Amino acid sequence: MTQIVAILIIPLVAALVLAALPWHRFAAWLNALASFSTFLAASSLLYARPEATILLFIDDFNVYLVVLTTFVAFTTSWFSASYIEHEVEIKRLTPASLRFYHAMYQVLTFAMLLALVANNIGLMWVGVEAATLTTVVMVGLYRTRESLEAAWKYFILGSVGIALALFGTMLVYLAAQSVMGEGVEALAWTGLQARAASFDPALLNLAFVFLLVGYGTKVGLAPLHAWLPDAHAEGPTPISAVLSGLLLNVALYALLRYKMILAGNEGAITPGPLMLAMGTSSLLLAGLMLYRRRDIKRMFAYSSIEHMGIIAFTFGIGGPLANFAGLLHMALHSLTKSAIFFAVGHISQVKGSQKLADMGGLTTSHPALGWGFVLGVLSIAGLPPMGLFMSEFLVVTSAMARQPWLAVPLVAGLALAFGALVLRLQQVAFGAPRGQSAPISASLVPLYLHLGMVFVAGLWLPRPLVVWFQNVASLLGG
Amino acid sequence: MIGRIEFDIAHALSASVLLLSFALLYQRRVSGVIEAFALQAVAVAAAAAWQAFTQDAPHLYITALIALLFKAMVIPIALSRIVRKLGMHKTIETVLGVNLALLAGVGLVALSILLVFPATSVAAVLTRENLALALSIVLLGLLMMITRRNAVTQVIGFMSLENGLVLAAVGVKGMPLVVEMSIAFSVLIAFLVFGMFIFRIRERFDTLDLQYLEAFRGDHQSERS
Amino acid sequence: MTGAIVAIVLQLAQLGLVLVLAPAATGLVRLVKARLLGRRGPPLVQPYRDLAKLLRKEAVMADNASWVYRVTPYIVFALLWLAAALVPTFTTRLPFSPAADLIALVALLGSARFLQALAGMDVGTSFGGIGSSREMMIATLAEPAVLMVIFTISLFIHSTSIPSIAEFVLGSEVGIRVSFLLALISLTMVAIAETGRIPIDNPATHLELTMVHEAMVLEYSGRHLALIEAAGMLRLLFYLSLIAGIFVPWGLAESGAGPAIAIGVAAYVAKTVGGSILLGVFEVSIAKMRVFRVAEFLGGALLLGLLGAIFLYVSTGT
Repeated sequence: MTQIVAILIIPLVAALVLAALPWHRFAAWLNALASFSTFLAASSLLYARPEATILLFIDDFNVYLVVLTTFVAFTTSWFSASYIEHEVEIKRLTPASLRFYHAMYQVLTFAMLLALVANNIGLMWVGVEAATLTTVVMVGLYRTRESLEAAWKYFILGSVGIALALFGTMLVYLAAQSVMGEGVEALAWTGLQARAASFDPALLNLAFVFLLVGYGTKVGLAPLHAWLPDAHAEGPTPISAVLSGLLLNVALYALLRYKMILAGNEGAITPGPLMLAMGTSSLLLAGLMLYRRRDIKRMFAYSSIEHMGIIAFTFGIGGPLANFAGLLHMALHSLTKSAIFFAVGHISQVKGSQKLADMGGLTTSHPALGWGFVLGVLSIAGLPPMGLFMSEFLVVTSAMARQPWLAVPLVAGLALAFGALVLRLQQVAFGAPRGQSAPISASLVPLYLHLGMVFVAGLWLPRPLVVWFQNVASLLGG
Repeated sequence: MIGRIEFDIAHALSASVLLLSFALLYQRRVSGVIEAFALQAVAVAAAAAWQAFTQDAPHLYITALIALLFKAMVIPIALSRIVRKLGMHKTIETVLGVNLALLAGVGLVALSILLVFPATSVAAVLTRENLALALSIVLLGLLMMITRRNAVTQVIGFMSLENGLVLAAVGVKGMPLVVEMSIAFSVLIAFLVFGMFIFRIRERFDTLDLQYLEAFRGDHQSERS
Repeated sequence: MTGAIVAIVLQLAQLGLVLVLAPAATGLVRLVKARLLGRRGPPLVQPYRDLAKLLRKEAVMADNASWVYRVTPYIVFALLWLAAALVPTFTTRLPFSPAADLIALVALLGSARFLQALAGMDVGTSFGGIGSSREMMIATLAEPAVLMVIFTISLFIHSTSIPSIAEFVLGSEVGIRVSFLLALISLTMVAIAETGRIPIDNPATHLELTMVHEAMVLEYSGRHLALIEAAGMLRLLFYLSLIAGIFVPWGLAESGAGPAIAIGVAAYVAKTVGGSILLGVFEVSIAKMRVFRVAEFLGGALLLGLLGAIFLYVSTGT
């Protein structure tokens, strides 16, 4: 129990301290330190798993997400320290707004972890809401017209999604209440999952529609994705990394938990077709949209939509193999996409612009950064031997095995996205250097750390991880 | 089992909240919308208080009080000030005509009844009908956000949507965390209103329209240049 | 035998009662409005005096006025008197009660309106034409809303006859029904439009851009005008007693016994007074709307009626 409390308390205390600290350089490293301690506390969960309580719990499913989240939060805070330094130098950010930024970063970590470890569908909802609010203010951090507009749009759409999700949550409670009685027990995941079979299926179906639309908005599934590119493009890059790498996963986690409940009930609809439809449309839409991007962060935001589409599609197919592939893809996408945003953050600082037209020949002018970016993009495009190739390969094969005709749009979407990414990669990374070329003092460790992990995952997965994934995959159902 | 008159009053209160959702759609002036919203908040507060009384659940009085003080008084006053200070248009730009919007609203009410009724055959009658009404209010709030392009009306649309959620929550017997939820939502709304004021979000952003933003952002312009 | 005589006496009494009460109701609305605006206002008997004065005056007619123009005041007055006398005011047991059907009443009012519009255009002045066309526009919008309300009520009660509706509401434990509430609001909105009150039309205006009903009857004078005015007053009373009869029937006598009748009359007068005061307050607190908003106003009434019908399936309460 203390472990779970620890991973929630550390970010909160850190947020309070950071809100009071006036020295931004020190604060940046303290931020990283706090994130690292949270990561350590989370890692201890791998060895000793605490008992579930009525409000908080850890099981096979959320343990890997908790560790992943704290890890990426840590590496991002590392990246953020060098990124923010530069932003202060060019006076895009003031020390006062940085204090706010660092405190909010920890609050965001707290909110996401709360959503992940909550054993209560209401508490989880509160976590997602709090995470939305904090990211909204972070997206608006630069105070430009565009960033405020993006924040407003994100806020409105996010709030609507959150509100619909709450309605779905209430319906689930209503379904549970008639079986489990009134009170907090009827909101606990552990209880809900055990008794799911006796719930009223019609009510669960209705609830799932609201939950899919509600949390689906936060996942960024088409046609509810409108906020995502703007929020990614206008906020500070570390926030884009966290948004893509972690927050989307948290929302998806919520959705998958509910899918487990539906899977445990005989009479309920299989959520598969709904998720398949949304996944395919996200994948194809994002694949097409990738070709028209002129802004580098916006482009990778669309790539996130594409990957969320792939993941939703994968869980939509269902079955142990596809579920396994989906869980793996969630983790690897999170690592790769945050790595790409690390690179993109430094690139846009080097070039003083986010426009693709202002970039070129990075491998010549900044070899370490440029090649890191190349590796990241090749990985996200799904080239072997990176890990994402393996998970995408599993997705395609399981689609082939279950519903062969569904593999057609999937492969088409993957090919589309691949084409767009390689096209842009060539322009940005190779050829003669173009645009400004300021020297950088960037720490590239987080970038290569992530890429290294994705590379290793492509060749070998640790045994306990495979076991967890298999356990969770069987719970997720067909 | 609750009595006849309890049922009738709870029902009439929920229905008046729904009616005021229609009033929101009907209004053409910003001040009218704000007034209608304040009335709706009062109706929600009354409904919550009535549920607190009939269910013998004192914590729901807190929800009622929040609705009354915060949503029926503080927010409308703040919004009127914002409208005045930022010099917003007094009339509302509508995407859909008033009559069409109302017609769509009636359609949404019918839809939510059709959705909720078959799904909740096991639940108590009052819960079920309350849920149908609440869902209608939620959908009408969405409709308002989509068809009324103005920062203030969008916020009000969102708040009326949230009123529907409160109504649903107080109607489900013994629902835990209702108070916590209404506080969480109040924080969210305060953020919204505060944000509007601080950042001077004035007129339409075409908030739900992706194309506009992208054209604005230079994403398309640079194609030509 | 005595029963039949009593019934006929009661029916005649109702005919008299509405005629006597109609100007008073209009006068009361004017008085309330004046008081709320800080004026002393005309005394309650003023409408009676006006009517009496007009009846004494000579009726001037345009040279090209046809017979339609001449007979219209009489027919319109008769139709409205009949309509107002058919609605149960103090008792539901009247010989004409079977005729007090909602659809029949709508038809009576519709014919009166049609004739009036025709007469408005008869002389060929521009105001008459404008008034008639606006009046018909309002009518075409109001009629569907009325029918929607009737539809809702008859779905619920399985009857369109007002006495049986009143008895149903009185007899059963209807309680507070959402559909009924919606129908009430819808019918009130229609009534406001039909009787030409603010915010649809201003009965006191002679400003050419805004008047509707007044423009249509601008050419009338003398006893013709008196009849038209009286018909207008009866229309107001008709809607007051219609709404009272359907939605607040309490006090209506369900038998021919003396005390019950006395209570019924007293209750009816009280309801009329209450309704008139409410109308006066409402008119003072609201501004007249532009003509194009009328369509939205009545469209809203129609949709509320529709909503009421939908809600019948919700608020079954069982």
